[in-house]
Amino acid sequence: MSVVVATPAATPIILEGREGFFGRLSDRFWRNPGLLLLLMLTPPLLWLGVVYVGSLFALLLQSFFSIDEFSGLVRYEFTLKTYRELLQPANLDIIVRTVAMAAVVTLASAVVAFPIAYYAARYARGAWKALFYLGVMLPLWSSYLVKVYAWKLILAKEGILNWIFAKLHLTWLLEAWLSLPIVGGNSLSISYTGTFIVFVYVWMPFMILPLQAALERVPVNLVEASTDLGATPGQTFRKVIFPLALPGLVAGSIFTFSLTLGDYIIPQIIGTSRLFIGQAVYAHQGTAGNIPLAAAFTVVPMVVMGLYLWMAKRMGAFDAL
Amino acid sequence: MTSAVTFQKVSRHYGAVRAVDEIDLEIAEGEFFAMLGPSGSGKTTSLRLIAGFEQPTAGHIEIFGQTAEGIPPYRRNVNTVFQDYALFPHLNVIDNVAYGLMVKGVSRPDRMKAAEEALALVQLPGYGGRRPGQLSGGQRQRVALARALINQPKVLLLDEPLGALDLKLREQMQEELKTLQKSLGITFVFVTHDQGEALSMADRVAVFNEGKIVQVGRPQDIYARPRSRFVADFVGSSNILPPDLVHRLTGEHRWGSLRPELVMLSARASEGTLPGRVVATNYMGAATRIAVDAEDLRLHTIAPAGMTVPSVGETVFLAFDHGHLHLMDDEP
Repeated sequence: MSVVVATPAATPIILEGREGFFGRLSDRFWRNPGLLLLLMLTPPLLWLGVVYVGSLFALLLQSFFSIDEFSGLVRYEFTLKTYRELLQPANLDIIVRTVAMAAVVTLASAVVAFPIAYYAARYARGAWKALFYLGVMLPLWSSYLVKVYAWKLILAKEGILNWIFAKLHLTWLLEAWLSLPIVGGNSLSISYTGTFIVFVYVWMPFMILPLQAALERVPVNLVEASTDLGATPGQTFRKVIFPLALPGLVAGSIFTFSLTLGDYIIPQIIGTSRLFIGQAVYAHQGTAGNIPLAAAFTVVPMVVMGLYLWMAKRMGAFDAL
Repeated sequence: MTSAVTFQKVSRHYGAVRAVDEIDLEIAEGEFFAMLGPSGSGKTTSLRLIAGFEQPTAGHIEIFGQTAEGIPPYRRNVNTVFQDYALFPHLNVIDNVAYGLMVKGVSRPDRMKAAEEALALVQLPGYGGRRPGQLSGGQRQRVALARALINQPKVLLLDEPLGALDLKLREQMQEELKTLQKSLGITFVFVTHDQGEALSMADRVAVFNEGKIVQVGRPQDIYARPRSRFVADFVGSSNILPPDLVHRLTGEHRWGSLRPELVMLSARASEGTLPGRVVATNYMGAATRIAVDAEDLRLHTIAPAGMTVPSVGETVFLAFDHGHLHLMDDEP
């Protein structure tokens, strides 16, 4: 039996380089992988470094200037006056209110998102999984403002929620809740409860998706090993599933926490007239023209997030990464 | 002797797939029992039925005389060494080993002491502070073993525990596991697709195929007297002789199995030998495996080191004691 092979002359050991500029470029990049990396990274690094971090730094700088009370002009001298102003009781109220809201929203998002993410990671397959992604992502495709205004209608005194409570003969329950201090108000749409509900609704996908990704990476056999060793489902959740999903939970909470800290539209449309940080920034840089104080206000979420991440790291949230 | 595990007509079906199909099985206390079969034969599902990860579709399972159906894994005093070890990546070695005691509420000093002893038992003393990711495959295997043994289970289940190890380490672990089982006296149920491993380690072997157990017995019995062509071929390698040829040789019209090591090569024809032509010789170190075409069959024989090996194309004569020809049932 004979095997047909190409004659040696037709197949040289070393092939000719490709013709033209791109051919030479390919060889060049192959010899210097660093060159390609440099070419790929320069534009995003310029963007990140100059446009993004640079403007952030400029903002930070602004907070160390102050405003002249008479002329209303910014005085370009280093001073901590603006920060003293930031720590006045009225402004401190805004900070505490915003941070408390962000914390409660994050906690509620985590509690609501966990079962959804767990189901999607563990049990949903094929079409159900596609439906899950669609269900989670769909709200993100519609305008944020439309959603918030829709919620205003839902939560209004004449809205569907009130109507449902009336039909269930539970109006007394709603009234009782609204008569409570702090969380209450004239109607859901002008109470902190309303603001909270809308925040949780709007940021929910940002909690579900990282959590689902983290839970998906927890191998099934670790859960089996835990039950095999005598752990009840509750113990398995606390000792194995939760610690391994913690990085996803932290990632999700970074989203919900920081997005709530910075948002100024939701509390303006739904809620009381009391300000949140975002609204304060908006007011100071716009109508009041107090750029230094607005800058100082934006420093607060950054500091809070920094503290949050530092605490999460100390508690070992990233150990399983 | 008490029975550690009993299966009565146990089935586990997934839709139309019969992973385990009406299996009857009895594993004695203190026994080293191997479940051997190709992948998809139902051996792992049977193990998972004992552990409680799967529930039978039909039939009855008893563990030490007690009904096991409907009992969750965490209420069974049975522990498992998983195929890929399933060590908890967020815990260090000692906390992994102590996990079973931790969930039972044993105090920290007590469980640390027990875990340290368990680590010494598997020859990893002082490794407690490391992370599973810092260990080699063999070391992880030992940690998984220590973790499964710390609860002092009545039955230890091992799901292809040596599959991921290299040959040298596997042979060493085989010996260690066997010694450990004898000294602890715990019933070991061992799942493997490696027939050599099953034969060398187990007191008894169950051969699985297509959801059923085709033969149970001592390794020697299974090797010498396979019940069917499947067992003869899967356990060790064998020359399967068709009924017509067996009829000519012995007068009985049945399938025959002839182990390669029982076949001799001879250069001259004599009474009862089969002429053939050498088609391949495989040198294996301790012996050479020779493939011979004879009687329209591809037959194999083993020539121990030191014997002259015929070259390919040569005509040889196969000689064997007809008493060594094992006759089998008609089923495949």
